[in-house]
Amino acid sequence: MTGTDASPVGDGTIQAADPIVRYREADQSAGDGRGVVVNVTLPLSVSDLTVAWHRKPVIWDVDLQVQPGQLVGVVGPNGAGKSTLLKAIMDLVPKASGRVEIFGQSYRQSRHRVGYVPQRESVDWDFPISVLDVVTMGLYGKIGWCMPVLSKHREIARRALEQVGISELANRQISQLSGGQQQRTFLARALVQDADLYLMDEPFAAVDAATEKAIVEILREMRKAGKTALVIHHDLPTVPEYFDSVVLLNMRVVASGPTKEVFTRENLERTYGGRLTLLDEATEAMRRRERTL
Amino acid sequence: MSVLLLLTVFTDGVQISDIKLHAPLLAVAESLTNRSIAWPDWEQWKRVLQLQDYNTRVVMTGTGLLGMAAGLVGSFTLLRRRALMGDALSHATLPGVGLAFLLAPYLGLNGKSLPVLLTGAALSGIVGVAAILYIRNLTRLKEDAALGIVLSVFFGAGIAILTIVQQVPSGHAAGLESFIYGKTASMIASDAQLIAVAGLLSVIIIALLFKELTLLCFDEGFAGSRGYPVLILDLLIMALVVVVTIIGLQAVGLVLMIALLVIPAAAARFWTHDLKRMMLISSGIGGIGGLAGSAMSAVFPNLPSGAMIVIVCSSLFFFSLLFGRSRGVLVRIARRWELNRSVDRQHLLRGMYELLEARESAAGSAGISVPYLQLLRMRTWSSFRLLRQIERCRHNGLLVRNDDAGLSLTEAGVVEASRLAHEHRLWELYLITQADVAPGRVDQAADAIEHVLEPELIAQLEQLLEQQRTSGGVVASPHPLESSAGQRAAGQQAVSGDTSPPPVEKGRMP
Repeated sequence: MTGTDASPVGDGTIQAADPIVRYREADQSAGDGRGVVVNVTLPLSVSDLTVAWHRKPVIWDVDLQVQPGQLVGVVGPNGAGKSTLLKAIMDLVPKASGRVEIFGQSYRQSRHRVGYVPQRESVDWDFPISVLDVVTMGLYGKIGWCMPVLSKHREIARRALEQVGISELANRQISQLSGGQQQRTFLARALVQDADLYLMDEPFAAVDAATEKAIVEILREMRKAGKTALVIHHDLPTVPEYFDSVVLLNMRVVASGPTKEVFTRENLERTYGGRLTLLDEATEAMRRRERTL
Repeated sequence: MSVLLLLTVFTDGVQISDIKLHAPLLAVAESLTNRSIAWPDWEQWKRVLQLQDYNTRVVMTGTGLLGMAAGLVGSFTLLRRRALMGDALSHATLPGVGLAFLLAPYLGLNGKSLPVLLTGAALSGIVGVAAILYIRNLTRLKEDAALGIVLSVFFGAGIAILTIVQQVPSGHAAGLESFIYGKTASMIASDAQLIAVAGLLSVIIIALLFKELTLLCFDEGFAGSRGYPVLILDLLIMALVVVVTIIGLQAVGLVLMIALLVIPAAAARFWTHDLKRMMLISSGIGGIGGLAGSAMSAVFPNLPSGAMIVIVCSSLFFFSLLFGRSRGVLVRIARRWELNRSVDRQHLLRGMYELLEARESAAGSAGISVPYLQLLRMRTWSSFRLLRQIERCRHNGLLVRNDDAGLSLTEAGVVEASRLAHEHRLWELYLITQADVAPGRVDQAADAIEHVLEPELIAQLEQLLEQQRTSGGVVASPHPLESSAGQRAAGQQAVSGDTSPPPVEKGRMP
């Protein structure tokens, strides 16, 4: 376990961070159960990850181990740092501290094995570009700098569109897509990357029922092919149905592990209900000091 | 800010010689106010349009190429939402021009040579970009504040330095102020060559990195996750903006350079949804703006060429705004009209169907007359609107007018009307059973959506609701029909078989 050697928090320096301590114990036992062998090949291992925005922590001391071949849901209230966690894993935001390993390597080394589905709202859907163009973007890494997109690349993109069920929209301009179709386009772009670990930011947000079903099916196919997905999710009732394990996040990891064990009413209340008052106060104190400096 | 300066110049025009501090602007002010603008005669127009002067050819080549390069680069800055960065950047070049002129003699260079001045401008523009990035990244100020600060500080410093330049004994600095508003008259062949080379360079860079720059502009986060150096690509776009701005300083001037970077790209957006086409159109608009603007400037030699170029570009912009094929104002209005017309048509046909259905004869109802007034009362439409729609449907062979001021459906009309009624009711059923809309309100709700239903959706609805068409081909209405209310209003006897309308209608049905 990566978290145990660096555990000043666990030693009780910050007593209010009790849930973190408890989480570590639980995680440790779970880790023992699975054995040490898997450690090297873990698709994703995050230890002591802290990300701060203007000195204000957004996620705090996150430890996370994702087992291969699993669909993992990340659940937590708004502002819990779910998107930040994904971005920090991919070095898109600077880490204040902590380490991320993907298949035992840094993100830089294993980038080609990671597929990313950003939040749908993060881009301008009025951009003058076609669906097929967006999907081929997933292949740009393989195509290489300055090289043109060839018909064989478009063929791969078309197949991915078929897989997500919108092949007839290939030449449509993206501003004409519905929300569900936009999401499927993004999913197709991730699929052409043929990655082993997928990071998805709210793929189920505001999509129609048919799209939700299609996405779930694709996720299950991925799992069957031995791939792993870390999916940010906001619809609590569907969590047990969709995900093998779950991470409850609210600035820090409240609990993580197999959905059956972790996705309990008590843990959810801790995630969504009471906030860590002392952590809040410490944050506030840091911001005050920052302001006076 | 530049506008304010210009205003000051104009309002103080009378005592312009008293103002010592605005020395660099004086020459401009004079060229704007003191000299008379003679309306050119036909000979002058001909000379310019036939490119008889060597200088006109040089200038037009240069400005045309400049406009094309600016149109290309501007497309990316517009899509990256960094359009204003170009404005701050061009203003930031002014101190560099003045400093280059002052310092060049100490370096053994000619302070009046264009490459020296432009190098100074480029260096100071780069400092300006660095300042914007520094302010944005290392303070809590947002980008707009950073742009405002850099733009005003650098332009102010530039004006101050040019004032000093004017007072230097070795001066002969006349001409430096043409960088502010642009002056093509001083352009020579080597300048046009410089513009051509720099323009070509930016075209090549954009062609090579088209894919990467597109990805950056569309989805920065995804580009970063794929390992693309987002910051370096952003700096590359900035560098292209610097290049275009620098080569445009002479012809367009730093105050209006932003127009050439923004307007062609924005205008091109009205014509297409395809990025490559947009860039070609933008490049074309920029090129035409440059060509036509410098031609006008050759005809009116006392007017700043920058202003001429911008006037041409903005005319093209307004033309595109109105007539743009993909999102111009007129196209949008036409589309809305088209939708309204098709909605009216559906209302008319469905209305007739429902009235006929109330007489239990809808299926084979071709030829049975429906009174005009009943149709008019069914909805809040003016008789003009209804009559226009009736004419349209009659033209399409969906209905015919009868002598008794009534209307009847043709065979084709019956088919179309029953299809419309069927779809409307399917949608109503869906809203009632699946979306919990109260039956009393469902008619309006369905009305709002059904006009955009596509065939696949209809098939899905049918499947979902497991509705078979009844013998008449149409499912039954899930709520009491509005038309029965209309029938009461129009008089019950009209429905019960007597198809002759009340006499008042005769006058209203031309």
